[in-house]
Amino acid sequence: MTTTTPHVDKRRKRGGVLGSAGLYIAVSVAALLFLIPFYLIIRNSLSTDLEITGPNWKVLPSFQWGNISELFNDPTVEFGRSLWNSTVIAVLSTIGTLLFCSMAGYGLARIPYKHANKVFYAVLATLMVPTAVTFVPSFVLVSSLGWIDTYRGMIVPGLFSGFTCFLFRQYFLGFPKELEEAARVDGLGYWGAYWRIVVPNSLNFFAAIATITFISGWNAFLWPLVIGQDPDSWTVQVALSSFITNQTVNFHLIFMATAISILPLVFVFLFLQRWLVQGIAQTGIKG
Amino acid sequence: MSTTTTRGVAQPAPAKASSARPRRGLRGNPTLNFWLFTGPFLIGLVIFVFVPIGWSAWLSFFDARYTVTPSHFVGFDNYKQILTNSNFSGSLVTFTVFAAFIVPTTWALSLGLALLVHRLRFMRAFFRSVFFLPTAVSYVAAALIWKMSIFNGVRFGLANTVMSWFGVDNTTWISNPTPPWYWLVIVTLRLWIQAGFYMILFLAALQNIPPELYEAAAIDGAKPGWQTFRYITLPQLRATSTAVILLLLIAAYQAFDEFFNIIGTKATWAQTPLMELYKTALGTDQDYGAGSAGAVILSLLICIVTLAQGKIMGFGGGEK
Repeated sequence: MTTTTPHVDKRRKRGGVLGSAGLYIAVSVAALLFLIPFYLIIRNSLSTDLEITGPNWKVLPSFQWGNISELFNDPTVEFGRSLWNSTVIAVLSTIGTLLFCSMAGYGLARIPYKHANKVFYAVLATLMVPTAVTFVPSFVLVSSLGWIDTYRGMIVPGLFSGFTCFLFRQYFLGFPKELEEAARVDGLGYWGAYWRIVVPNSLNFFAAIATITFISGWNAFLWPLVIGQDPDSWTVQVALSSFITNQTVNFHLIFMATAISILPLVFVFLFLQRWLVQGIAQTGIKG
Repeated sequence: MSTTTTRGVAQPAPAKASSARPRRGLRGNPTLNFWLFTGPFLIGLVIFVFVPIGWSAWLSFFDARYTVTPSHFVGFDNYKQILTNSNFSGSLVTFTVFAAFIVPTTWALSLGLALLVHRLRFMRAFFRSVFFLPTAVSYVAAALIWKMSIFNGVRFGLANTVMSWFGVDNTTWISNPTPPWYWLVIVTLRLWIQAGFYMILFLAALQNIPPELYEAAAIDGAKPGWQTFRYITLPQLRATSTAVILLLLIAAYQAFDEFFNIIGTKATWAQTPLMELYKTALGTDQDYGAGSAGAVILSLLICIVTLAQGKIMGFGGGEK
């Protein structure tokens, strides 16, 4: 962005003050529009039903913090149960996906085996069809295994992501070879080199993939909807979806549940954003 | 990106490894270790990806109502039933209309946001975070806000409240298919969630455009603004634009969550392909044969798009 000629410099300055004022106005208006839904969640979750549905729009709610305890004490909603289910499923999915996909990605990228390419093509072939499109056959398999309404049924079929394995392979291809060779000279095998040298030096990339896997596990809807037929096995998303159609739950509780389902993710997201942005820019990962 | 360079290095690697050969026992055996590392993943991949697809292809030729181990072979009847079913073809029309709305708007909005954020000198990280943040929100939660708060058909919905300030009557945004205002609801929701993600892709691409191009253009008398955008920025973003458009298409093809929660499966309009599969296989009919045939058809259709994507973006990461 350095300007090399005075000619360019002048032009830049002339448009400068007005131009950047306009730029900041435009970007602020867009940002406000993007924040409206967050504002509505917070406002509505801390309102009474009357404030939400009343004729006069109030910008600020009356801050009904009691809505939180009311939500968790309401036996008809069982929101605590679905929060727990979502936590277990998202955490175990993340750990399992990282474990299986990173190891396979490393094997495909770095272990010289003569048929490695054929195996890699078999993995690539699975990328052609997104898993959402094959949910009917997966459901058939999982129901035959008797895994309906179980954590196993929710978690295990999603662990073997060809795409995540592919991303790890691409990442490990660029991992500095010298580090591994040093480990080998020290007498470590592939296994030792992987766990003691490769993984500890790849934590940024693992963090990016973990964030994305966790978010998509927490936000998943179709698969938990299909597998979770008993309300006890519902995840947060399935529970929220049931509130939309269920007329008996009060507005302020619905919005409080929505707020609680989103807030932890927003914090995780803001905290890990740097790695996430790097990871996406490098690989074009879809969340 | 780095594939070609590391492949170049990969050639002499066996020679180097052989210098450490004295230490090689089972721990250093490549074949054994390859299967040790990839085996668990591959077993899972076979059981949970390949087996269901094969099973489904098999089921699609049987009368498989309420059963997944059918015995009555029906040939291509399930395919005939699905392809002549007006709901199924209607769902492909829904996808086409949806894609026609969402792909260009997301492309334009995410590129526009990237151009704005790219030019910021102060608070760039803040604005990037604001636009990126909705990526963390689930489609279900967003559907709830859109349906019950923003586009609620009664007076307290935000859209109707704002419109009442200008003297416009309440609009039923969702429950009435004519006029099809529900598209506004569905499209703005997905725009809000997606735009920030694709903005990040465009921002990365913008940072890779060599500044010398702009300097040379300025010396040649190109006006900053539309001219440089049209003749430098846009062509330089071509690869990213293509990738973004294909990713958006594939994502639109799999649309389910927000349609399910805003429109619902009982409506006669705006039913997406996955919603039709859901109703066929898991609805009252539990017709796994027809559901499987539908999954096979949808998979074949998307294979074509994905292969095109692979051709353009280069799977395997080789440099062109």
